Amino acid sequence: MTMVRGTASKGLTRVSRAVKKAVGRYENDPDMLIQVLLDLQSVFGWLSREVLSEVSQQLDVPITRVYHIASYYRAFSLVPRGKHIVKVCMGTACQVRGAPQLLNVISVTLGMKPGETSEDMRFTLETVNCLGCCAMGPVVAVDGEYHSKPSTSDLKRLFGTGRRGKE
Amino acid sequence: MSRKRISSPEELEALGSRVLSRREPDRPVITVCTGTACQAYGSLEVYRRFVDEVKRQGLQGAVVEAKATGCHGFCEQGPVVVIFPQEICYVKVKPEDAPEIVSATVKGRQVIERLLYEDPVTGRRIAKASDIPFYHHQVRVVFGDNQYIDPKEIDDYIALGGYSALSKALSRMTPELVLEEIKRSRLRGRGGGGFPTGVKWETTRSASRGSKYVVVNCDEGDPGAYMDRSIMEGNPHAVLEGLIIGAYAIGADEGIVYVRQEYPIAYENTMLAIEHAQEYGLLGKDILGLGFNFHVVAHRGAGAFVSGESTALMSAIEGKVGEPRMKYIHTAVSGIKGRPTCLNNVETWANVPVIINRGAEWFSSIGTEGSKGSKIFSLVGKVNNTGLVEVPMGMTLRKLIYDIGGGIPKEKRFKAVQTGGPSGGVIPEQYLDTPIDFEELNKLGSMMGSGGMVVMDEDTCMVDTARYFVGFCCEESCGQCIPCREGLRTLREILTDICEGRGEEGDIEAIQDIASVMEDASLCALGSTAANPVLTTLKYFKDEYEAHIKEKRCPAHACKALTAYYIDPVKCSACMICANNCPTEAIHGEKNMVHWIEREKCIKCNTCFEVCPPRFSAVMRISGEPLPPPPAPGTRVVREKKR
Repeated sequence: MTMVRGTASKGLTRVSRAVKKAVGRYENDPDMLIQVLLDLQSVFGWLSREVLSEVSQQLDVPITRVYHIASYYRAFSLVPRGKHIVKVCMGTACQVRGAPQLLNVISVTLGMKPGETSEDMRFTLETVNCLGCCAMGPVVAVDGEYHSKPSTSDLKRLFGTGRRGKE
Repeated sequence: MSRKRISSPEELEALGSRVLSRREPDRPVITVCTGTACQAYGSLEVYRRFVDEVKRQGLQGAVVEAKATGCHGFCEQGPVVVIFPQEICYVKVKPEDAPEIVSATVKGRQVIERLLYEDPVTGRRIAKASDIPFYHHQVRVVFGDNQYIDPKEIDDYIALGGYSALSKALSRMTPELVLEEIKRSRLRGRGGGGFPTGVKWETTRSASRGSKYVVVNCDEGDPGAYMDRSIMEGNPHAVLEGLIIGAYAIGADEGIVYVRQEYPIAYENTMLAIEHAQEYGLLGKDILGLGFNFHVVAHRGAGAFVSGESTALMSAIEGKVGEPRMKYIHTAVSGIKGRPTCLNNVETWANVPVIINRGAEWFSSIGTEGSKGSKIFSLVGKVNNTGLVEVPMGMTLRKLIYDIGGGIPKEKRFKAVQTGGPSGGVIPEQYLDTPIDFEELNKLGSMMGSGGMVVMDEDTCMVDTARYFVGFCCEESCGQCIPCREGLRTLREILTDICEGRGEEGDIEAIQDIASVMEDASLCALGSTAANPVLTTLKYFKDEYEAHIKEKRCPAHACKALTAYYIDPVKCSACMICANNCPTEAIHGEKNMVHWIEREKCIKCNTCFEVCPPRFSAVMRISGEPLPPPPAPGTRVVREKKR
């Protein structure tokens, strides 16, 4: 939160501009609250308190309802997420092909549990219910790029030197 | 490209002919599958290389066309490329194969052996897609057009006769006749419930006067199922056409396509399809100049499994929290904003144009007495040919898994097939000859569901599978009603205890008690069916539960807490492969020295077991018995002398 407040004067205008744009796209229709939040989630990567209260004001929806929605659905994050999003598929097909073991290995490799973001904000580790590419299972998606049955060394490359090399 | 409004059925027909006449039937077309799985395997790059290569070899324009299509279904072998008109199918194609394919196959009409699919049983290489066993046994009523169509190009769909069913319905049939046709076809909902589609339409139609909604449910949350995604991504116009026909029969003026946000390509292609259909006047006011008005918008779901339930989905569309409500009043009578709403699954809508075009008799000639037509399944898990398959209802599970799916990999033993997702159940080997049919699967304690079919082999633990599904539903339960919320939580606790060696006498009875309350008293189908995976695994694999509870043994060696890893000192050849792959450096060893696993460091990730070369098979999984001590330090490998 302190980080956000620190840039408040500059950030606020950016937030209100982005919210205005998203709300306008749906003609200020309060029924489109979920669609508005989805758009803002993809703009910012997460939904800050400023974003939510701005939505509440501009869409004329009580802040409680905005929070209700934002905390109910999986697509929304109320905390900042890392630069790279690591999604391990836990769908049934991946499950029977060893997704729990893969998650275990990734967890150890990154040194964090599912749902956590690394302190340096480089990675967020998440699980998803199904990525819909069951033939490749077990699958991990890093920033939307899918990796089928990665080996231990593939993962080390992906999260360690490989990633750094890209940056 | 601007699209001129089509204002009569004749103009639509003329457009179809025009598109076709621009395309010579013998002209080679290279289709590259760009479904999600093939894309993940790099098919977009393959496609780009083909486009470049066609240009480079001077074949662009009217001579050769490279086309990016939706999912072909054979995901295991991606990226898949099919060259028409010969229908030559190349599998696992890499971008660098493109120049050779264009010069040899497209120009020289020669088949490149090494890129053909090799039948694992006969070892024979098969050139033609329809000769490959995976495709050969299928009946692709709904899914078949995917491989010919660029989903971003409405003309592709029209060239194949797309929107002709809509034209027929609007110009030559009354809404009552359309409804009658759907009823006579005996189409049942493909989303899981299997409710007769025609009856649902009729209830909505006769609900009240005034404005009505029709909804496409593409909130495919069932883990392990992705057919709705592939239709919505690969052939969105088929769904739209079905929706418009349905709206005409029902008397609806507004349509909503609800796509889960995890499917960005499906959403994008839906938006594009709506836009193009509007430009052509196939959506909007006075469709095809025949006086029918109908508007469609697309909504994204925000990720909640229970939002796929019809009442919950409608709340989500209203911008509220997607929680189910009691169905004293059906949504067909009072749905979105209190108006009559007819919601059908993607696959159900996509069946509609086929039925209108080919007739109810033709459709109902496929399938069994109670289940008509075909059904798309996502055949996944421990099966050789993973992918999407469309088969006539009534095909046996055995034929589906063995003839189309190619059986179980690595010569492992089949254990069970899980159908119906988290609401379904497992079906063991003795029922493999059961025909696929709504009622037959229900009899076994499972269900058709939306078409997930997860094959499990000897390495899959049935208790762990039950725990997995219960855990899934527990996370996804909205928490409104106590039987579902507390029942699932308690079930998860008991099952986790059993999996981790804390199972007790009486656990099985407790599970059965909770399950029956959940079935009777839950608010919606999520809760009332959530115990099915537990009940069916108990019914067919009680011995596995007992082994866990009484002997603290996991017969499948899948439950981590009950399994330990051990390297057999006699079999170990000191190849270092396991040690190099161990993520926690728990394996000690060097050249010529027998390897051993440090138990404190081992996270039981199964990596060593998987990478140990089969000719050694030195890594053992031990459950229910004490672990032998590690070899004395410095034990040397015993090697057989070379002759």
